Formats: sequence, structure tokens, C-alpha cells
Amino acid sequence: MTTLMSASGAAAGDGPLLAVDNLTVRFPTADGLVHAVTELSYTVELGKTLGIVGESGSGKSVSSMAVLGLHDSRTARIAGSIRIAGEEVVGADQGTLRRIRGNVAAMIFQDALAALHPFKRIGKQLSEAYLVHHPQATKREARRRAIQMLDRVGIPQPERRVDDFSHQFSGGMRQRAMIAMGLINDPSLLIADEPTTALDVTVQAQILDLLQDLQREFNSGVVLITHDLGVVAEVADDVLVMYGGRGVEYGPCREILTHPEMPYTWGLLSSVPDVHADPNARLIPITGNPPSLLDPPAGCLFHPRCAHVHKVSGDLCRTVLPELVPGPRGSGHLKRCHLPDPESIYESEVLPEIAPDLAEVADVGREG
Amino acid sequence: MSAQEPEDLEGTEFGPPAPATVVDPAAPPPEFEELVASTHTAAQLDPTAPPVLSVRDLKMHFPLKSPLVRRTVGLVLAVDGISFEVPAGGSLGLVGESGCGKSTTGQLITRLYKPTHGSMMFEGQDLATVSRKQMKPLRRDVQMIFQDPYSSLNPRHTVGAIVATPLRTHKVVPNNQVLSRVQELLEVVGLNPEHYNRYPNEFSGGQRQRIGIARALALQPKLLVADEPVSALDVSIQAQVVNLLQDLQKEFGIAYLFIAHDLAIVRHVCPEVAVMYLGKIVEIADRESLYEHAHHPYTQALLSAVPDVKQAAIGGRRERIRLTGDVPSPINPPSGCRFRTRCPIAQEICARHEPPLVQIGPRHKVACHFAGELGHHPAQPVTSRLLAEDGAGRSDEAARLVAEVATDVGYADSWFDLGSQTVVSGARKVGGESPVPGGNLPPET
Repeated sequence: MTTLMSASGAAAGDGPLLAVDNLTVRFPTADGLVHAVTELSYTVELGKTLGIVGESGSGKSVSSMAVLGLHDSRTARIAGSIRIAGEEVVGADQGTLRRIRGNVAAMIFQDALAALHPFKRIGKQLSEAYLVHHPQATKREARRRAIQMLDRVGIPQPERRVDDFSHQFSGGMRQRAMIAMGLINDPSLLIADEPTTALDVTVQAQILDLLQDLQREFNSGVVLITHDLGVVAEVADDVLVMYGGRGVEYGPCREILTHPEMPYTWGLLSSVPDVHADPNARLIPITGNPPSLLDPPAGCLFHPRCAHVHKVSGDLCRTVLPELVPGPRGSGHLKRCHLPDPESIYESEVLPEIAPDLAEVADVGREG
Repeated sequence: MSAQEPEDLEGTEFGPPAPATVVDPAAPPPEFEELVASTHTAAQLDPTAPPVLSVRDLKMHFPLKSPLVRRTVGLVLAVDGISFEVPAGGSLGLVGESGCGKSTTGQLITRLYKPTHGSMMFEGQDLATVSRKQMKPLRRDVQMIFQDPYSSLNPRHTVGAIVATPLRTHKVVPNNQVLSRVQELLEVVGLNPEHYNRYPNEFSGGQRQRIGIARALALQPKLLVADEPVSALDVSIQAQVVNLLQDLQKEFGIAYLFIAHDLAIVRHVCPEVAVMYLGKIVEIADRESLYEHAHHPYTQALLSAVPDVKQAAIGGRRERIRLTGDVPSPINPPSGCRFRTRCPIAQEICARHEPPLVQIGPRHKVACHFAGELGHHPAQPVTSRLLAEDGAGRSDEAARLVAEVATDVGYADSWFDLGSQTVVSGARKVGGESPVPGGNLPPET
């Protein structure tokens, strides 16, 4: 925490740790302007986890890379505001960004093999990250810190493994080493971009447990990017569902998973089977493919794939983009949809098909 | 591989290219009721179906060569003695962590490798011993779908050429009908038949996987080995492909060997599932027995590691069994039970004796000395009578028991009851009725 205070200078106590406000990212390409992220807003508090869910190309990685200022200012047009502990990232100079990256905010990438240097020893890479932000530290201190971090993330025999190369580590161990590298400077914000996607279920469970333990220990804010709702359900406090570069549903995790109000979220929920589901549950896909971000559809971005578009009167879905506004369940639950009564549609039509057992529970609960 | 393009696919007149989407973007999306009607519930078990493939004691040991003198210095025991059956028109799931040998098993069945040992009976012929020449006609009946839709399609061939190759190689249809058959196949898998002259890079991942499926379907196989067919796809696309595979099974009666690491998908597609660990099957059972009454600690750990949306959503999070460490090397696997190095309930006997795969229910086999439901693992090894571990040497009784519950390929009508430590028998249940877990049955002998 001391590093955070000295780095930001601002009082981290007031306001959220990370506040993304109206973020828009566009990439000019030979084919036209790619609308990668449009008017995205969210906040992350210290000690909380935000899960960002969506298909590939929904803008979840692009928006998070913008948080660390990783987009080339010559090729990306970024508008809006991103404040990490009160400090503005959009438009900040390289010196400021360097001070934030790896120190106040760190990122864990999906492909650990590609993110680790193949010719440098693991310990060397870890101590490098430490030395950059602790210029007064000696190499010996940095090495000791690297061993300590490897031990903390559960690498066996860290004194020996610290001198290994990344190819000598297994997939799970590489991911652990990356987490160690991300956390070596005690960042208060950790962005994990699909940290478990390439891993086996057992290893995924280990890594998720580790991330949660570390978060509790360091009280950091975490942004977890994933396409797996199961992962989100296990670790996130808040959920942001993204589609076509926009947030389409945003709220507390349990609220979103039990009372989703946006057909895209329904589609995501109904596309994944459950290990303990009723065998009568169906797997209902979302038809078609994600929209092209070169030329996003008019109106609601999801309308070309939405199975409930018929329930909205007139051409509303095809012509008017719905706002991300609180739904009938209170101000904490935002949704971007025209459907007049999403909750009853979900409970009477969707739930009985995807989780007949839960639908009965809901019925009994309502009667009782 | 024919490098040149089939002539009748080239220079054919066609209109301006339509966008490469399955659904015409101008058309309104289907209503929710239509969408639901086009999907499937979990596949049901047909216990009377005869096996289309019987695999017995299959082994694949890859030699490990030293770098300089090309001498064999060891063996990678990728698949080490597995037996299972795939029912005709049904599905068997094969799950396990990476490196457990599940993909190698699929490649053995399609004879991309020649197995070291064992037999694979398919339509009265042993796929393990047939020559390349004898194998060729059999390849019509045994096809494969690969995991990565990007590397499994030749980028320089058009979709039409890719799907036409098996038709031409096996001379299924006369040359002048190849094109119409290709278009028919593309339509079956939900692609626009006019897109036959496009290249794979013009399609998305899910569409490419459909092309791979169309290629496999071209020969109307009886058995399809699907090696992680959906794991490279986005969640919403996964459900599309799973529903397509179920459609095709219903329509053409194709049997699947469905290899995947995602236990939830496997549960939906396969009424029977085998769990592999380090080249061995540790538990094989029907859906209900495996997912609700798993008896092997590894199966239980795998199941507890799967994130569960609906459970978490209603607040209850199951306690997770933490498996420490990684899968040991298949070059020098642990003695006795291979799972013992990571097993939470391992005891000394596990290092000495390899547990036999014992049938413990009507459709349930498990290989564990301490087999039992989660939290109810017995204190004494259940296999002691089978192994004569009481120090008195193997008695005739034990030998008889072993003979009776011998690890045959399919399921026997009698099984070893864990509660009473005796062999019980029961008529095989017909219909999708869930079997009673072995431990609760009254002993009948």
C-alpha cells in the first residue's frame, strides 16, 4: 500500500480504485474504423473482483489493455476517462504509465508461454520487474524477493526453480510464475485476462483458489476477464457482460446470474451445460455469429441474434440503441435491453428449458 | 493429398458471394420457441444397443530415443491397457486431464498409430492388426473430427475440395455427382451450400468446425471419433456445434467416441463416460453413476473442480477437493495405483498393488482400493478379498471372485458389491432407469 500512496500521490481512500468512464476505443484500419469499445463504464473497489464476460471480439481484452495504457497512441483512438486510484491514464505520458504499470496495476495474460521470455531464467524475469520499481534495491534483494513470491504462489522448491527457464515449467506452474511476476510489487489492481482458459479443470481450480487467497491477503482489486460464466460465478463480486464493444448488463454477480435480464446473458447461461444439471436441461445456443465491429448493426447490437426480438413492439430493437439503465430490480442492476418484462420471460420461458430443477424451486418460492 | 483442385468445382458459375454466415443476416432470428425446439436434452442411454467398437487391453508405448545413438532408452506409456465399448448409435465420453492418453486413444482407433498391444474389434475385424491396405475400406466407417479447426483444414484448398476429398478417395459417388453431394453435406452441417468455393480463412471458428464435421460425414461413418470438437470454440458457438452433433447422431445413427476435458459437455452428449488418468481408465459408468455417485477419488476431484454456474448463483458453493501438483510423467509412472501421488486417501497398499478395474454396479466400474462415494471411502481396502491381501495367500474363493468380476470389456450381469464384499447379480435394467449404487444393494449370494 505504501507504494501505491507514493506512486499516485492522491488519496486512494476516496473513490473507487479503478473508475472507467465512457471509455471508447477505435482502431483505424484499411477496412475502416473498428469500434472495439464504445462508451464503457465500470468501477472496481479495493478488495473486490469484477468479472468481465463476453465472446471473443466483444472488447473485453481491448478495454482492459487500455486501463494499463497498452495501446499504441498512434494506432488507437481512445476517448473517455480511466482513473486508477484517482490518476488519469487516458492521455498520460509514458513516464506516468511506466510508474503505474507493474507497480500500481499489473496484468496476467492468458498464454503464459508467450508472455514469459523463453531465453531468460524465471528468477531473472521476476527480479527485473522488481528492480524497475525499486531502483534502490540490490540484485540480491530482488532475487530473494523473487524466491519469496514463487514460494507464495505455490511453486515447489523455489530456491531451485528460480533458475529454471519457462519451458521447464508445466502449464500450471507457468501461470503461477506469471501471477508471481504480476504481484511482485504489491499492485493494488490486478487485471487477469483469461488466466485459466488454457488450463485443465484441476489446475484451473488451483489457480482460481490462489488468486482468491492472494486477493484476500493483499486486499487488491481484481478485474477478471473470461468467457466462462462458471469462473465468474465462483470468484466475482460484480459482473459486466460485454457484447460488441458495449456493456450490456452490469451488476452484482449473484443478482446477474439468478435474475439476468438481457437475452444475451440468457444465451450465455443456456449455452453452457452444468455438471449437476437435470438431464432434461437443454443446451440452447445463440444463433449466428458476433457482429462485425467495422459496421455494427443499427439499434440494439444483439438484435440480429436475439430470439426475443419479436416480443418488443415495432422496430424498436432494430432502430433504437437501448440505454444501459437500471432494470425493474433496482438501481444496482443495469441492463441494455428493450424487453418490457424480462424477469417473467426468463422465469417462464428460459429457465424451464435450461434448468428445470431450478425453475421448480423458483415457482415454489414465489408461491410460498 | 491431391494438390490440384477438382475440376468441376472450378470455374462453376455462381452469383456474387453472400456473407459467410450460417443465418442470413437479413432474416429475423428464430423465435425462442423455435430455437428451443431445435435443441436437444442430454443424450439417453440405450442399454440394449450392441457395441459397434470393442476395445480390449489397448496399449500404446512410444519408444523414447536417446538423442545421439538413436537407442531406445525408455517407453512413454501413453495408453496402458484400457478396455471399453462404444454402443452402436450411442456415445462414450472419454475425459481426463491433458497428458492422460485420451487423444492417443482416439488416434489409435482411427489407426493414425498402430497400437503396441490389444485389440479393437469393429464389425468383426480387429482394427489393431489389419494392414494399411485392409484398413482403407474400414476408414469409411471410422472417421475423426479434430480439436483445432484452424490447423485441421488445408488453407490452400477450397471447402468444396476439402469435403470432396474423402468422396473421391473412396469413390463413393461418380465424379459428376461430387459437387451436389458436397453441397448437400454443407447444408446438413448448417453452412450455405453456395460457399463451396471459399477458402477456410473466410469462415469463423465455429463454421470451420462444421466443415470438419461435413468432411467426416462425407463417408457416412458408423463411428466418429470426436477429439475435443468444441473446446477451441466460443461458448455460444460450442452449444451450436454440440446440438449439431446430436442432430447428426439422431438422424444418421452415428456412434461417437467423444474425447473432451470439459466434464459438463461430456455429460450432456454422452450417456456413458470413462475417466482416464495416466493411460488407464480409473472409472467408467453411466451418467448417473459417474456424476452423482462417483467412487474414484480422481473422478470426485475432477467433478469438484468444475466451476458450477447454477450452484454458485443460488449461493451454495461446493467444497473443492484440491489436487496438489501435476500429473506424473508417463515415462516412469508411480508404482501400484498411478493416482496415489496426488490422492487424498492413498494408503500403503496403493503403492504395492495396482487396483483392478472392478465392476461395482450394473453399469459402473472403478479401479480403486478404497472405492466409495465422496466422504464415505471405506477404511479397509475393498479389493483385499480380490487380491488376497489378508496375508493368507490367494484362496480359491478369491480366485473365483476375480474370475467372476474379471475386467471384461462390457458390463457383466453380476458385479462385486462393495458393501457386502460379495458378488451379486441382477438382471440388467432396460430403459433409462438410474441404477442403484452398488453399496446399497442387498447381497444375493
